[in-house]
Amino acid sequence: MTTVKERETTGTVPARPRRSLRRTPWPVVILFLIPALALYCLFVLYPIAQSIRYSGYDWNGLEPLTQWVGLQNFIDAFTEPEFLEASSHNAIIVVLSLALQIPFALALAVMLNQQLKGRALLRTLYFAPYILSEVVTGVVWRQMLRPGGFLDTTLVSAGGESLVREWLGDPEVVLYSLFFVISWKYFGFHMILLMAGLQTIPGELDEAAAIDGANWWDTFRYITLPLLGPTIRVSIFLSIIGSLQLFDLVWVTTRGGPINASSTMATYLVDSAFRRGQFGYASAVSVIVFVLSLIVALLYQRFVLRRDLEGALTGA
Amino acid sequence: MLDVTHPRTAPNHRLRRTVGRGLLYAVALGVLAVIIVPLAFAVLGGFSSTGQLVVDPVSLPDPWVTSNYLETLGSPNFWKQMGNSAFIALVTILLVLPASSLAAFVIARFRFRGRNAVYALFTLGLLFPVAVAILPLFIVLRQTGLLDNPLGVALPQAAFALPLSIVIIRPFFQGIPRDLEDAASLDGCGPLRFYWSVMLPLSRPVMSTVAVLAIVTSWNAFLLPLHVLIRAEQWTLPIGVNNISAQYSTDTALVLAYTTLAMLPAILFYVIAERQIVRGILPKGALKG
Repeated sequence: MTTVKERETTGTVPARPRRSLRRTPWPVVILFLIPALALYCLFVLYPIAQSIRYSGYDWNGLEPLTQWVGLQNFIDAFTEPEFLEASSHNAIIVVLSLALQIPFALALAVMLNQQLKGRALLRTLYFAPYILSEVVTGVVWRQMLRPGGFLDTTLVSAGGESLVREWLGDPEVVLYSLFFVISWKYFGFHMILLMAGLQTIPGELDEAAAIDGANWWDTFRYITLPLLGPTIRVSIFLSIIGSLQLFDLVWVTTRGGPINASSTMATYLVDSAFRRGQFGYASAVSVIVFVLSLIVALLYQRFVLRRDLEGALTGA
Repeated sequence: MLDVTHPRTAPNHRLRRTVGRGLLYAVALGVLAVIIVPLAFAVLGGFSSTGQLVVDPVSLPDPWVTSNYLETLGSPNFWKQMGNSAFIALVTILLVLPASSLAAFVIARFRFRGRNAVYALFTLGLLFPVAVAILPLFIVLRQTGLLDNPLGVALPQAAFALPLSIVIIRPFFQGIPRDLEDAASLDGCGPLRFYWSVMLPLSRPVMSTVAVLAIVTSWNAFLLPLHVLIRAEQWTLPIGVNNISAQYSTDTALVLAYTTLAMLPAILFYVIAERQIVRGILPKGALKG
């Protein structure tokens, strides 16, 4: 992720000469790093490495690893309609998130950035679904959306009978219903991120633009939006990564059904491994998910400054 | 503010402002309703009878029924799951806080060969969701006998929380003046002493942010406990909620009561620790109003 050279010269630690050029206290460095590195290697890096290894075998997760199949699992995945369908669902969620959820979050962030009475309370409440578990979210929404449930009843009594659908039961509709629930849970997160970005834009700029006769839209388009660029990119990045790895909410709400109409790569891989016992094949799928995430991250690194992400996540 | 109006249009200014304002509030309250309604539905649904929820899921409970909540509160499973969730969250932060702060301390305060590589290695972990590693994790836990053990959830969870924690703590540690360290070292204060007596007390805000984020993540975790915790007495709340909702799928009111009580701790926690939660995802000083 980091190009070591570059950080050595331009790094965040000022290059001023230390007063005392002590030698590196290796025992301290090693001792202090051990707990984190041990945990990290054992439960993050080692399993990921194992995933890569398993992905080359035909394996049910129990017997010894003997059936080396090379890249066959990957070929199978890329020719398996169920997997392609699942990944197309992830892609649709990504596109919808970028096209609808983030602009919506941005609109609300701009709105709450006005001198609005009670905006602190609104912000708190908009953000609240983010801290609920996806399980709770899924269970509640399943009840809201079930046939004859809250939504249907509300629609009927408002005269919108023709709008009633099988929200979670119709293969044509279920993915969009899930996208709505995802947005319900996560737009507050993006809104908070974007509000923070907005507050770094000096108010004088808006005033200067107003004096120059710029209308609201011009100000937004030529001042706010460009200056908000880094924050928007963080939002986009986190949204893509989150959409690629979507699991809990889908699993609880629909289990990927009906007939795989709402499956994602993650539900597909868990299903392949734990229900069908195809551990080798599922490992190949998990490697694909990881590589996709990595590609997104590298593209982000390549086109966007590294400090965007650090700034947002670190409080630096 | 919404309409940055040119001074020359002043006559219309007031009217347009008022209309704009009204529109803003309408949108704000509309969105608020969409947020609140499902939560209110869950809370009130728990007070209804399942019969009423089938016929009329929209109206207020009539009559108000407390048996669903009482049944949940009287269920040993519910409390067991609550205890398991709390225990796992506690163990997770007891692992994450020392491990991530020690590592961040070394990375932030010492120059050593490979420092950037170590940091990069940890930041790479921001990309790994548990879902990618769940299969081999499952195998590792099976081999080490940690399946069906709270530690089998807490240890991997702590490991997966390290990257974000280190990324949050490091700049804070970097910002603590070097002079402080030099002064401490003149007073004969070694690195461990300095970390413990100077760095940690100064870093309470950032450490609480890390702790709060780890607690929320742990409390809400589903995929890992779903596969690691097999026997019912080991289950955490999310597993319990998922199970109740599948097992009693026809008893909607009970499911909603159980779900409501399960989300209560998270909401209470949010009320108490909102600043820490929000600060975890925001640049410093951005939180106003």
